[in-house]
Amino acid sequence: MDLAQLLKDLSESSGVSGYENMPADIITKAWSELADEVRRDALGNVIAAKKGKGHGKLLLAAHIDEIGLMVKKIDERGFIRFATVGGFDFRTLVAQEVIVHGKKQLKGVIGAKPPHLQAPNEQKKAYPEDEFYIDVGLTADKVKELVRIGDMITIERKVQQLAGSRYAGKSFDDRACVVMLTACLSRLAEVNHNLDVYLVATVQEEVGTRGAAVAAYGVDPDLAIAVDVCHGEFPGVRADRGFSLGKGPVISMGPDTHPKILDKLKEIADEAKISYQLEASTSAGGTDAWSIQVARAGIACTLVSLPLRYMHTSVETLDLADIKEGGRLLAEFALKADRQFVEGLPCF
Amino acid sequence: MFLKELSEASGISSREQEIRDLIREYVKPNVDEVFTDSLGNLYAVKGKDKVGPKVMLAAHMDEVGLMITNIEKNGLLRFSPVGGVDPRVLVSKPVAIGKNKVIGVIGAKAIHLQRPEERSQVLGYDDLYIDIGASDDEEAKKLVKTGDVVVFATKFQELGDLLLGKAFDDRAGCTALIELTKCEFACPVYFVFTVQEEVGLRGAGPASYRVAPDVALVLEGTTASDVGETDEANYSTTLGEGPAVTIMDRSVISHPGVVSMLFKLARENGIPLQMKRTITGGTDAGKISLSRGGVPTAVMAVPCRYIHSPVTVMNYNDLQHMVKLAEIFVQEIAQKGVELS
Repeated sequence: MDLAQLLKDLSESSGVSGYENMPADIITKAWSELADEVRRDALGNVIAAKKGKGHGKLLLAAHIDEIGLMVKKIDERGFIRFATVGGFDFRTLVAQEVIVHGKKQLKGVIGAKPPHLQAPNEQKKAYPEDEFYIDVGLTADKVKELVRIGDMITIERKVQQLAGSRYAGKSFDDRACVVMLTACLSRLAEVNHNLDVYLVATVQEEVGTRGAAVAAYGVDPDLAIAVDVCHGEFPGVRADRGFSLGKGPVISMGPDTHPKILDKLKEIADEAKISYQLEASTSAGGTDAWSIQVARAGIACTLVSLPLRYMHTSVETLDLADIKEGGRLLAEFALKADRQFVEGLPCF
Repeated sequence: MFLKELSEASGISSREQEIRDLIREYVKPNVDEVFTDSLGNLYAVKGKDKVGPKVMLAAHMDEVGLMITNIEKNGLLRFSPVGGVDPRVLVSKPVAIGKNKVIGVIGAKAIHLQRPEERSQVLGYDDLYIDIGASDDEEAKKLVKTGDVVVFATKFQELGDLLLGKAFDDRAGCTALIELTKCEFACPVYFVFTVQEEVGLRGAGPASYRVAPDVALVLEGTTASDVGETDEANYSTTLGEGPAVTIMDRSVISHPGVVSMLFKLARENGIPLQMKRTITGGTDAGKISLSRGGVPTAVMAVPCRYIHSPVTVMNYNDLQHMVKLAEIFVQEIAQKGVELS
């Protein structure tokens, strides 16, 4: 499996929360080559089963939805006003290229007032959120014919290859972690592993970790690992909130972390010489782990993260080496965690 | 198309080599002589020894952009603007650095890590970095160096009925000038592709001194703000209504005789032409009009939305109309001379 290509395909596809068909189709195709069975549930979650020796059911989840925009109004001159779906910093939207998903896909740009026409101190203030609009270069009549209120809008960004094994692009949160699950699946296809593994590409995470709750109910696993992005180190980011790119996946320690899974992951990583980082994550929530943990009668769960700079911008930056290393960690876990370990999870 | 290649090529003020090389190749077959001066201005001359007024047509090759000013220990790059770049357009964009077009991105702290009040503050040049993926300064220095220039990594493309790209200011003018070298004129014509317009109209003065024209026309890309909820009085120019003539800006009052001639010729030939309705900005006309003993000069420009940003938008018809009108203008000058009334 060419992971860099899969990362590019997934990142450049469009799938705002609730409308994840395009990335879902891509991952369905990729997983079908490696898993025993791939299905889609009522909300659109893509679920792949890879049977092992039957020591227990492990759910691995990463989300495929992305933050995006939605058409709110088309003005009399054809400019499009929008609402946000998921958390945007409006400062990252200025002069951005977008795709409006109308009757057909329309290229658009979010405008920016030229310096020549600004009042003297205007550059000292961020653009007010109500002044943003999209220009699709068409007359109002044409726009109204092709675009309706409620149509989704995605940021357009091609994946940029940077130095070494680093890449920049949009929606690496969290499709990069779907690639990590795929890396894991590729390894599992070659070995006889203890746990039966269910990989889930979840939907609607960005609007409240919704898909994961339904998927966890559906799969009914014995234990679960959610995989999501964490912040990459960067000037202005506190050292305890930012993790190094290229130094391996981050194992989270917090309320959504089952202590025995945490210890097992560390033990397995040390044995297999997998580099990892540790995050003390006191403020749980915000990832699929939060929903999965409390699904049905409660599921032993933890969170593994991928360091990502500039999260929720269109130039999110990561190191592919971390994706591969994370895939190895997840696969080793499915290989080595056994029935005895699984049966001990409820015993505190 | 010249415009596509010129738009995607890199040419920050004083580093116009890529643009100059492209233009030189384009114009060579059409003109008698091509030469450069010590600033880097490129001259293409046609009909040097013909009788009649000497006409100078000018467009600037340079674009606004950034320059790398420091490589930090952590491998991130510090930068400063070259020309007027609002830092607010830079956030969350890819850029191309130096001759090898090394790709970098300008990121921002994730929204999750911001206090609410931070989101209304501008990320200025002191807060922004270019990230080329280097893990430290040693790795970064293998790819880029201090002083390397940086352009927006924008691909030229269609946007509905319009065109989207970077640096239409003034590659639109350069494209028009290249097209005009194909025309035959009855008078001497100097096509001048100037340098360093964006950092203070630096190239045009010496160029105009050298050419010593009887009349000059500057071809530009100019501001259009016919968008969103802008009040119509502040549109400056409107896309699709033809090129715009500057009456006055911060650098020049266009020669009234030349301006009336342009409007008369536009009317007679059914070419749409509009007046620029703001008086901000400046162009090479400012320097050309004051060179030597003074030169009757006017500015005609293609309206560009979101000028000086990575996503400039223009209407190709406006460019074609500008070429046509400029051609007719020079023919008229060749026949009748410069009307100074």
